[in-house]
Amino acid sequence: MSESHLPIHDTGAAVMEASPYGIPSRKLTMWLFLVSDAVTFGAILFGYGYLRTASTDWPTPFKFNPSILNVMIMTAVLLTSSLTMLGAVDSAKTGDKPKTQRFLWSTILLGVVFAGLHIREWFGLIDEGVGLFQNPWGSPLFGATFFSITGLHLLHVISGVIAIAVISRGFARGSLTAGHVETTGLYWHFVDLVWMFVVPLLYLLNIARS
Amino acid sequence: MAAPAKSPNVIAKYLPVYFTLLAIAALEFFLAYRHFSPGVLLAMFLALAVCGGTLAVMYFMHLAEERRSLILTLIPATIFVLIMMNMIWSDSYRLLHLRPFAH
Repeated sequence: MSESHLPIHDTGAAVMEASPYGIPSRKLTMWLFLVSDAVTFGAILFGYGYLRTASTDWPTPFKFNPSILNVMIMTAVLLTSSLTMLGAVDSAKTGDKPKTQRFLWSTILLGVVFAGLHIREWFGLIDEGVGLFQNPWGSPLFGATFFSITGLHLLHVISGVIAIAVISRGFARGSLTAGHVETTGLYWHFVDLVWMFVVPLLYLLNIARS
Repeated sequence: MAAPAKSPNVIAKYLPVYFTLLAIAALEFFLAYRHFSPGVLLAMFLALAVCGGTLAVMYFMHLAEERRSLILTLIPATIFVLIMMNMIWSDSYRLLHLRPFAH
């Protein structure tokens, strides 16, 4: 049975009154955090749009190879990690600990692969002379927006990998429940969701055209 | 002690959404190399990203299975704040046209 279907006093939450949304406080807190995080990402993406629109010489540096190809692989990896996270959540709910562990560690592995590809992309751009406030092609703010947005996303991925590792250990030991796995899963899917907006806006609108 | 229940094929039910999201991403990459104006391209990208995001929130994050009150609390407020951010555009166009080198 899903934790969200249990009476609230069975989840260890307050016994005084029922949850207004029928979900544990932990899950509601994660949803509220994700809403605030969505607005944060929205604000920096709008900021990027503002600067891009107001610049006459915004760079379009991303060639198919290596940048766009790299981003295609990263997208597939992150989407697949969402799938393995779903497997972990469902396995945790049914109490299948070995399968939950396999799915969680698959998610961690895919997250690490994603982060590695992302860092490789960064080093490629840095080698080409892109810094926070300079680049060889045009508006100096390109680097600031690119590294800020992708950096914040990468920070979320790395935080997620660490959180999943902690949850995995706790779930294996029995100190954490399927509800913790589910809540961490919400965070991980959100990271995937943000990437769906970052890729077209930051990479695909800035493709180098011959 | 009862043995834990087995979960034989836990991800199979999510595969249609997963492949739809992959298809949306592939379509975005395909459209990026077509010759559309930046405005049209941006509109198409945003529409596809919103479709992908909605699928992820509803089925990967299981919001579709939650009470309607949770959906009504979270989603309209978020969309409202994001829509309010659109008020910056007039200023960014003003900057573009007021710059001497823009002419």
